[in-house]
Order: sequence, then structure tokens, then C-alpha cells
Amino acid sequence: MPLIAQPDHPPAGAVLARLHQIHSAKGYLPEADIRAAADDLAIPLSRLYSAAAFYSAFSFQPKGRYTIQVCLGTACYIRGGDRLLEKIETLLGVKAGETTPDGMFTVETVHCLGSCSMSPVIRVGEETYGRLKVNLVGRLFKKYRPGEPGQKGVEEQGT
Amino acid sequence: MKIKTPSDLEKLRDQGQCMLSPQKPRVSVGMATCGLAAGAGAVFDALRQAADNLRLDLTLVSAGCIGCCQEEPLVDVRMPGFGRVLYARMTPEGADRLIRSLASGELPHENALAYIPEEGSDTPKSAEVLSGLVPINALPFYAKQHKVILRNSGLIDPQSIEEYAARGGYKSLLLALLQLSPHEIIDEITRSGLRGRGGGGFPTGKKWEVCSRAAGTARFIICNADEGDPGAYMDRTVLESDPYAVIEGMTIGGYAIGASQGYVYVRNEYPLAIDRINHAIERSTECGLLGEDILGTDFTFSIQVIRGAGAFVCGEETALIASLEGGLGEPRPRPPYPAVSGLWGKPTLINNVKTWASVAAIIRKGPEWYAGIGTKGNAGTAVFSLVGKVANTGLVEIPLGLTLEEMIQGIGGGGLAGKRVKAVQTGGPSGGCIPADLFHLPIDYASLTQAGSIMGSGGMVVMDEDTCMVDVARYFLRFTMEESCGKCTPCREGARYMYAILTRIIEGEATPEDLVLLEEIAMWVKEASLCGLGQTAPNPVLSTLRYFRDEYDAHVREKRCPAGVCRALIKLTINAERCTGCGLCLRECPVGAIRGKKKAPHIIDPDLCTHCRTCYDICPEKAVEIVR
Repeated sequence: MPLIAQPDHPPAGAVLARLHQIHSAKGYLPEADIRAAADDLAIPLSRLYSAAAFYSAFSFQPKGRYTIQVCLGTACYIRGGDRLLEKIETLLGVKAGETTPDGMFTVETVHCLGSCSMSPVIRVGEETYGRLKVNLVGRLFKKYRPGEPGQKGVEEQGT
Repeated sequence: MKIKTPSDLEKLRDQGQCMLSPQKPRVSVGMATCGLAAGAGAVFDALRQAADNLRLDLTLVSAGCIGCCQEEPLVDVRMPGFGRVLYARMTPEGADRLIRSLASGELPHENALAYIPEEGSDTPKSAEVLSGLVPINALPFYAKQHKVILRNSGLIDPQSIEEYAARGGYKSLLLALLQLSPHEIIDEITRSGLRGRGGGGFPTGKKWEVCSRAAGTARFIICNADEGDPGAYMDRTVLESDPYAVIEGMTIGGYAIGASQGYVYVRNEYPLAIDRINHAIERSTECGLLGEDILGTDFTFSIQVIRGAGAFVCGEETALIASLEGGLGEPRPRPPYPAVSGLWGKPTLINNVKTWASVAAIIRKGPEWYAGIGTKGNAGTAVFSLVGKVANTGLVEIPLGLTLEEMIQGIGGGGLAGKRVKAVQTGGPSGGCIPADLFHLPIDYASLTQAGSIMGSGGMVVMDEDTCMVDVARYFLRFTMEESCGKCTPCREGARYMYAILTRIIEGEATPEDLVLLEEIAMWVKEASLCGLGQTAPNPVLSTLRYFRDEYDAHVREKRCPAGVCRALIKLTINAERCTGCGLCLRECPVGAIRGKKKAPHIIDPDLCTHCRTCYDICPEKAVEIVR
């Protein structure tokens, strides 16, 4: 614990901000960083850990290079989002929550990306793709696999 | 430049006016998240590239949401002396042609959706250029809309404080700080009749009043932007398209209740909204419209953005506050309400994004003006995301009291591809499904509640004859089950049991007794849960049981899914007369259940088929049929 007296609680939002900071730097929450953060924030490790475990945005496992978020909001669901998910799972050979063995993609479902008018929608990394159909998904992923001839990596595209 | 006096603000406004009406073409692209999802980024790049190539001097703006998302990507072009045209479904190639036309002194009609009337632009030249196009407010999608919350959305560069000021921004803050007492502000909000636009519908003025009178010195303002309802994106759009309106509203609120610190709690899934509100806070602070001594007075107010982390329950105000405090985002019983005891136990005024965005408009135009919109007890406007199986999807702002019919058939243009609209789901997982024969109901708090749904924060998902209402009910229960924080038993366990029963129904394994049990559990969860999430979780089940009992009966008694959705109860076949043997379904079938030679009718192997309906969705000839 720090020697200097701390206020009795960290400032509003500080815990979430710190967890986000670690997560975006490391791609997940490594144990050592959580321990260090609990010290800095002067809160018990158990409290920080339970907060981190509560939120679905934080992972204790490393993730793939790109996270594929398949939207299962209401509009996407009734317009076939669940079938997009099945197609993606088949194509990549992993289930939602898992990462491809080459470490490229982690597949996740989300409850709404807020692009309902474009349903069904998925997000790959920072890019959002709308008005999708199952037969378009395969082509979409090709551009994220490096080394495929004639395809740009996502870094070159910008947003 | 620090804005300290009315004349400083006047200067800011003049600068903004020049930016909005430059003496050269102004081309703005709708680049909120839905625009980007439709490819607006590539259109923007193509416009820039083409203009650079032709050395065409223009203002290229990345704007917010223009509303009719169905027609994205949208490009709004203003050409001095010619007029202003909105182009729809733009492509990079179309963008290139558009710039070529502009460079040769033309405002083309290719891809034009409508023209946007502007004051003082009805010259003979513009009449000639625009002839043959309809004005935007004549489109059925826009005709009945009334924009208050979305007053600037899509019209300004959301990054530009000058353009916000040019549209009347910060006039209200000036008025509030220099001419009104905190008490007078609260009185105006009360008299306007504004009610909480997050869905609760609590009278806003009353909440402000309670908070301002609560004991204690430190007070806080919170903007609830943890928009979690699936099928709803109003709050995201407001933050992405007009962030200064939210900041101005919160600042006025801070002055009214005596708070010096505000927080915007934004949903994790909205990175662009977070960027835009952060940028707007920075600019407002630079201009002296946030921070110390605002507008030369001794009023101090700061705003900080907090990024949520993917927990739906944090949209509930006490859970949101617990999350801000760094603990688990779990709700607690009310009272005490946050207005009396909120963040760190201090009086906290928490309102939804759309409520905050309404405040400045009310102060500027007066409470009587606002109260005159809508109907008695339901003053003002509300924003809805009209999505699902409806022809025109998009973001719609209407005066309260418009009927569901006017909304869905009028603005929405009815069902998709001639399909019959069966119901509309409002209020997200807390709401219910309203059947088409009740579409004569007005959209207001009481009517929707009486129909077994709620107004909610604004999600409106249209469902047609191909949507199974039992499947929809289960969809929402799955949502609630996954998002229940687990603190109280009725919600945690009740949602699980309801989900299990609905699964049995969908799989054709339920008995009539299951329906009785389902209804009974639903009533218990409604009565006994701790917070709004659990109390309203049974609504999707109860409302579908009430209006679509026949669909439940068909599943339970006849083992049949009338909508042809539930996999265990349907079969798929290919109509040999229609099938052209194109092979698309054969390639796309996830389980390899389709066989056939090229250009000859294909068949589905019933032993392998999982009834996923992928082939049904993609068949260009509509040759795949569902046996229900």
C-alpha cells in the first residue's frame, strides 16, 4: 500500500478506466497488471478482481488479433444474425468465445452494436459491416488474413 | 478563444455560419456508425480523392446521422446559388461522378433522394436545377417527423463547436446563466412537461426539483448513455451527431441544481460516440464553456466520460452509479432515489442522453412551445429507432401521440417486400410485442403500457409473418438470463426457468401444463424482482402470450411453428420447378446437406439438414420452401 494517505475511495470511474487501459494495452487482463492496479488504486485485490470478472468486456485470457463481434441484437436476430454466427463458426472452426489456433480471430457475440438499421451486422476489429448475408462472410474474412495475394491488411485501410 | 460575453458567442456563431454556408460547395457525408457500416468511409475517401484530383475547392464534412439509414451511405451537397441535394446509396464510383459534375458546375440528379429547402435559396437558378426533385419533407419518411432532439443531427459537423453555435447552440446556456435563477430553470423544465426519455417517463422537472432541494453541498450530474436495449441506437446517434447539445443540457442542469461535476457513462460498444463526446468536451473547455468561470460568471462545471464495460444492467441508474464507484454494477433497492442519495451518497441528477439533449431547446424556445408539441401528459418529441422487418429503417423523431400505424405504415413504409407486418416490439427486453390490430394506438407512455409493452428508450423492432413470436420471447429471455446480474433470486432463477420452458416449446417437447407454469413464473418474477431489469423481464413472454396465444398453442399442441422458424418443427425442400441449379445453396450450406448437378434441380438430404434456413435466405429463385 502507498505510504501517502489516499482518499477513502478512488475517483468515480477510475476502476473501469484502469481496467480498460490494461485491456487495450495487453489485449487481456494479466494477473500481474491487476495486482499492480489494485495497489495503485489502493483497493483490495479481491474487489478489483470481482469488478473485472463482472463485466463482459474484460477477458483474463489473451484474445486473437481481431475480435469478431457478431451482433445478436433484436433487429439482427430476426434478420438472420444467428445464422451469420453459425457460418462464421463453421468457416473459422471455432465457437463463440473461442480463438482460432493461429491467434488471428476471437469470435464473440454481442447484444447490440447499435447499427440496427444495417442489420445483420458484425464488427471485425474496429470496422463495422452491415447488410450482411451468409454468402458474403467468407470473402470478408479473406482481407484480414495476411499474405493472401491481392488483399489489403486492415492496417492499411484506416477508418 | 474564450467565450466570456454575448458578443464573443456572436463571433463564434458567425464563424459557424460561414462554415455552414461557404461560398464553395459543402459536401457532408453521414458518418455515424450506421453510415460507416454501410460503407460511408470509402465514399468519403473517394470524394476527397476526386476533389483533390480535379483541384476542386470544397468543404468536405464528416457529419452525423441524417436519419433515413435505409438509404445509407448518404451525402448532402450544398452548392451556393444552386441549392442543396441529398444523395442516397452512394458508392465510391458514384462519389467520383458526383465530384466531376460539381467541378463542371452541375448539381446532378443521379442518386438524388430529395432536395433540402434552405432559406433565401429559392432563386430562379435553383428552381431550374432542382426541378423534378421532391423536397425532403415531402418524403413519407420525413413528412410527420418533428426534430427537437435531432435538431442538428446530420446537419452539422459534430466536431465543430462553431457550427453548433451557428444553429443556436449555447444561447440557452447564456440565457440560463445570465438571466435565469436556478429555480426559474427548474420551473421552466417542469412547465415544459418533459418526461424522462430513457423510458421511465418520470417528470424531469420534478426530479430536478427533488435533487436541488436534497440536503448536502456536493451534487453530481450524470448522463446515462449506457444504451443497452438491443434494437435501439438513439443515444449513440445523438452523441455521435450532436454531442454539444448533450453538454449544453448537462451544464444547464449543473447550474440549476448546483453541481460542478458531471459524468457521461457511455456503453462500451460505442467507440465513436466516446471519441466524439470527448472531443466536444475538450473544445467546450477550450472555449470556456466548460471548466471554471463559464461565460464570465463564477459558475464552474466539468464533464468526464466514463466507458462502460459491457453490462446491460448498468443502464439501471443505481447499478450505473455502483459501477462508477468502482464496484460491481449491481442495482440496489430504491428509495432512496439517486436524486437524494446517489454517487458517493450525494444528491445526483441522472437523466438519459435524449432528455439532456432536449433541455437546451426548451430553455431557448420556452416551456410553452415544448408543451404545445405532442399530447396532454405526453409533451414533446421522442426518438425511435425503427428497425427490423420494415421497408424504411432509420432514426425517427416524432411528436408523442402519433399512432403506431402512422409510424410503421406511414414513416416506415410497411413491411419488407410485401410481407405482412404482424407486430412491433417496443422497449427492448423490458417491453412487449404489440400486435398489428392495435396499431391505431397512439405512441405515448400510458397507451403502450396499457397494451402490455412500454415506451422504453425508443427501440421499435417490426416483425412480420416470418417472425415466430415464441422464438422472439425466448430471444429476450435468453438476453435477460445472460444479463441478469444475479443479485436477486427471482430474476436470476426465474429467467432461467422461463428460458428452459420456452426452449421446450420451441423444440416441440412442451405440454399444455408448461404454458400454465410459464405464466405463473412470469408473474412471480414481475412482482418479486429487485430492479427494473427483473420486474420487466417477463413482459416479452406475457405480451406474446396475450396476443399470440395461437402461436404458442400451435407449438405445444400441434408441434408446428406457423412462422416456419423453429428448427425442430420445420423441414426444408427445394421446389424442382423453380431451382435453376445455380449451386449457391450447395456451396453455402453449413453442413453439406445439399446435392445436385450444375444447372439441374438440387435436393436437400433430410438426414443431414439442420433446418438452419441459410438456403432459404439466399436462394435467388426463391426455390427453397419451408414445410411447416
